Amino acid sequence: MRDDAAFIDPARERRIFSSRLLISAFAVALLFTIIVWRYVDLQINRHQDFATHSDNNRVHTRPAAPARGLIYDRNGELLADNRPAYNLSIVRERTQDLALLLEDLSQLITISEEDIKRFEKRLKRRKPFEPTALKFKLTEEERSILAVNAYRLSGAEISAQLTRHYPKAELFAHVVGYVGRINDREIQRIDPVAYSGTDSIGKIGLEKHYEEQLLGLVGNEHVETNARGRVMRVLEQVDPVPGANLTMHLDSNLQKLAHEAFQGERGALVALDIKTGGVLSMVSAPSYDPNLFVSGISQKNYSKLLNSSDRPMFNRAIRGQYPPGSTIKPLFGLIGLHKQTITMDYRIEDPGYFYMEGIERPWRDHNSDRGGHGNGVDLAKAIIESCDVFFYNMGIRTGIDLLSSYGEVFGLGTLTGIDVPGERRGIMPSREWKKNARQQSWFNGDTINASIGQGFMLTTPLQLAVMSARIASKGKMIQPRLVKSINGVPLEPPKLEESISINDRYWDYIHRAMRDVVHSPRGTAKGISKGLDYEIAGKTGTAQVISINAEDEYDSSKLDKSQWDHALFVAFAPLDDPQIAVGLIVENGEHGSSVAAPIAQRVIDAYLKSKPAFNSQLVANQEEVRR
Amino acid sequence: MYKDDFVRRLENPDGDRRASRSLHIDIPLLLILVATCLGGLFVLYSASGQSMFYIKRQATFMLLGFVGMLVVAQFPVRFWERWAPVLYAIGLVSLVAVLYVGVGAKGAQRWLDLGVTRFQPSELMKVAVPMMISAYLGKRLIPPSFKHVFFTLMMILIPVFLIVNQPDLGTALLIFAAGFFVVFLAGLGKRYLVSAFVLAMAAIPSLWFFVMRDYQKQRVLTLLSPEDDKLGAGWNIIQSTTAIGSGGWSGKGWTLGTQSQLNFLPESHTDFIIAVLAEEFGLVGVLTLCFVYCLLIGRCIMIAIGSQSQFGRLLAGSISLTFFIYVFVNMSMVSGILPVVGVPLPLISYGGTSVLTLFLGFGILMAISTEPKRIRMDL
Repeated sequence: MRDDAAFIDPARERRIFSSRLLISAFAVALLFTIIVWRYVDLQINRHQDFATHSDNNRVHTRPAAPARGLIYDRNGELLADNRPAYNLSIVRERTQDLALLLEDLSQLITISEEDIKRFEKRLKRRKPFEPTALKFKLTEEERSILAVNAYRLSGAEISAQLTRHYPKAELFAHVVGYVGRINDREIQRIDPVAYSGTDSIGKIGLEKHYEEQLLGLVGNEHVETNARGRVMRVLEQVDPVPGANLTMHLDSNLQKLAHEAFQGERGALVALDIKTGGVLSMVSAPSYDPNLFVSGISQKNYSKLLNSSDRPMFNRAIRGQYPPGSTIKPLFGLIGLHKQTITMDYRIEDPGYFYMEGIERPWRDHNSDRGGHGNGVDLAKAIIESCDVFFYNMGIRTGIDLLSSYGEVFGLGTLTGIDVPGERRGIMPSREWKKNARQQSWFNGDTINASIGQGFMLTTPLQLAVMSARIASKGKMIQPRLVKSINGVPLEPPKLEESISINDRYWDYIHRAMRDVVHSPRGTAKGISKGLDYEIAGKTGTAQVISINAEDEYDSSKLDKSQWDHALFVAFAPLDDPQIAVGLIVENGEHGSSVAAPIAQRVIDAYLKSKPAFNSQLVANQEEVRR
Repeated sequence: MYKDDFVRRLENPDGDRRASRSLHIDIPLLLILVATCLGGLFVLYSASGQSMFYIKRQATFMLLGFVGMLVVAQFPVRFWERWAPVLYAIGLVSLVAVLYVGVGAKGAQRWLDLGVTRFQPSELMKVAVPMMISAYLGKRLIPPSFKHVFFTLMMILIPVFLIVNQPDLGTALLIFAAGFFVVFLAGLGKRYLVSAFVLAMAAIPSLWFFVMRDYQKQRVLTLLSPEDDKLGAGWNIIQSTTAIGSGGWSGKGWTLGTQSQLNFLPESHTDFIIAVLAEEFGLVGVLTLCFVYCLLIGRCIMIAIGSQSQFGRLLAGSISLTFFIYVFVNMSMVSGILPVVGVPLPLISYGGTSVLTLFLGFGILMAISTEPKRIRMDL
């Protein structure tokens, strides 16, 4: 019983309780109203916003990367293709603790400090929820280790991606170039939409020049993802359009042969199809493996390439500028004939040196120690035996103005306009050039130097090949081209400037002189004529790397090899119907005749023999001879 | 024969014809509970990612709960009144024990390991505190005098203090509310109410600076501006309001809620299950649930009014209001009008302990509702 039962008034107790319960019931009703009001506000008034937000949550538009266009050589051999590679990337937003995840990952597979350093760099410029690559090209073993541990690696994902691959490795590095990761500078100028599906871009070579065509059109797909970013289903998609395939004029076999012909020497070679201007081969030796650059080259490999004294990353074929030496003699001779500063009968006496009026110091001939080329040296002999003194005379007679303006017509000192970025202009010196570049007036001594392709004159191997092709075609303004067709559609041949009109007699004279460089017993390149069943026209050249005082003799044994003369050669063949023109240089190769010419001969031979039409013609000729 | 049963027979000489009354079952309450539980399982199936595992476990707990409820209902109200101090004492001792030998997770010590199962003393206190206060005030004159108010306050605050220290602020507040409701229903004077209100307002700063842990403060801050930390603390509330809002009027359909099915919604089968319901069944579903809850609470309040004893009235009233507070706190926190505290949605959220505690309360309500009528002395 209650202790104070005496005062109990049950009716009053009930009344108090009921009134309090009533207040409570009101409170309950009020609070229920608040809740309902809140849900009405969320579900009716703000429904649209939340419906949108909910869709944004789950529906993501993912770019679908187009396959980059393939690059083929003229025979359909692949020079650049795409291969699937598995990359490990991390979505920052889905990780709990990034540092911990990285540590976990590096305990499972090898992740170098460099990987992490670069990952952190990439992390800074990614978009929200975008996977950031950590490690490329996972091995099968790494992939399975990661797959097994996936449950505790929230935020890490393995993605399959097409990665550029260069099957010919170093063979075409300088021509085809390579793609690499898009860097900060490139990101400023590219269209972010077009590149939303891809993280590489053409860095150099054809990959850069034809970037627009190779890239393709990005597609997209609307996917539904769960909260961890896993794709549950594809809602809608627009397929990407693969990039255009390029077919080159290049010939892999020829390229391989030419590359190997350098036998580890530094140098460059360009071979052109005279009929089309198509580049048959473009070698810069030594080369490097472009595959190293595709997913980011390691610091170690990069400095190795960068610090090599051979400078393998330097594209000598279009960027190397060398004195052309005697290789320009046929051209200068032709100019002299055409402008009638000399005639075909013009002869000089060559004691082995040349004195310029008013200058004490003589200009030596390269064989001055053997007493020169003797009496009665005409243009043909001067080309065949490469007589410098003849050209000293001729140069003075012709004058730098004519040499320079006609030299440019043949491509010297001008850009050839080849469809690969980075070519250099070289120097075809003139009065004007010297005034601008050196703030000095032109001296006759400069003309003398220029007349044998020394002094200020510089050319690229590509320019030598173009010059040779223009001489071979009797003045057609051939332009070098790498790409033959895009997606099977042949490119319009470049519109050529009007041919140089020069008397056929002069052409034939120069062609014959160049043939005799190879085929006459006194020719400087007679060594390569052995066993030839057609005729090659050529011209050797030797370019000084250091200037030797007139009193001193050039003696290679006293010099470091890096100071030896460069060996050059220009050529075209066959003489009666020129098809291939070649220009090449072997750095510090000393003699065009013994080092450079044999390389050209092998390339020419291999190319002509690979053409069935040429072979049958050859057989027919031989039968005729037998009869 | 038990003395009270003897009295019952005396008071009801014709006996109660209705079987339900002799079995101590309140039919309306039972029907509403069964409906709510079935509806709850239906929502849970979708919310758990269509997992039969959760359904089986939850259904098992519900069955256990029903059995427990019926067993509890068989004990007369007097029994509970008499044993309330013992239950309360056991609860208090276990709470102290938790401080020293408790086990826990995430920095909170809440459980006692009994070997066979783990026991959470604060759950027991959810029932024991209001029962104790009701028993105490049931024997006394109401409205309570200052002395009794002081003692009841002590009885409430000691367990609340212990639970705050676990720390489990949510449960502590709910237990405080349950105890407070008893005192309030007992007619606590207006002076006390006003001074309690003033005191509470004054206590907020010290609560903020001295009692609340960092994570609790964070939850309050998050409520004010969830966008500040979209992927961290704000994630839950952003995702739950998105789920609710995107449900619209009629919802996306059962098991078709993208927020819940694609795991954007955290804790979708436990504390945040209302968001699944709101997303998949829209406002229609929310209103239906509110209606069912209103029926349930309404029936409980009727039971309280009809109770024969002071103890029964106070306890039934407190249980009804506490049940409502669960509903209110849960629906408010998920929809972003209260900070996130760990309160499940009664009878819908997955969780065995919660189900058992609730049914324990409903069992007592049934006992009160089927209490034999006494002959009114004042008639």
